[in-house]
Amino acid sequence: MSGHVFHPGHSELHGITVVVETAGALWVGRFHEVTPKGILLHDAGRHEDGAGESREEFLRKVKKFGIRQTHQNALIPEAEVVRISKLGELD
Amino acid sequence: MPYPESLVAPMRAEMVKMGAVELRTVAEVDAALGSASGTALVFVNSVCGCAAGNARPALALALQHRVKPHQVVTVFAGQDLDATARARSYFGEYQPSSPSVALLRDGEVVHFVHRHQIEGKNPHAVAADLIAAFDRMSEVRSEK
Repeated sequence: MSGHVFHPGHSELHGITVVVETAGALWVGRFHEVTPKGILLHDAGRHEDGAGESREEFLRKVKKFGIRQTHQNALIPEAEVVRISKLGELD
Repeated sequence: MPYPESLVAPMRAEMVKMGAVELRTVAEVDAALGSASGTALVFVNSVCGCAAGNARPALALALQHRVKPHQVVTVFAGQDLDATARARSYFGEYQPSSPSVALLRDGEVVHFVHRHQIEGKNPHAVAADLIAAFDRMSEVRSEK
């Protein structure tokens, strides 16, 4: 049973927990797909620059305690995206 | 919306086969975790093939180690909603994630493996992390 994937044909990142960096915010969530309106994340948390803790501190907490969900679905315009990384691969 | 039971039944069976006790109701969760004594491992199962497909074999490997938690239980996220929510209420500030593994000692989470720590890893790597946590748990107990 193990190893069966129910969603063939999707992006390589489909189902992977990613960090999406934009100019003013950081998103962490489960990558679903790229739509014409942007990148769709599920169960996502958002960190806004200047909101108190740094991006590094926000990510440190996410890696230890998980994602404090702020958006069940988040659509991030591709033009705003600076970088996408897999959370599990960040140091 | 839950998947058809016929589809998830093999995933439930895989957990039971490795020795986990499946908790499907709030009462069952409280009976297993409510005493807050001893060590317990809670596996939050998931239909996700890309993460749970590695997590279940990883746990099966880890449970072959000589040191393991007294209790090994499982809830199924997205299927047994109330039981899963109740189990997560024992995880303190650790956020919902599935699949995931919580290791508790005397009611406190001492190790947590999130979905993002399973994605892209082979079962042996995930098992090694769990085994190291089992060993640390054992060392703490033997110091008491």
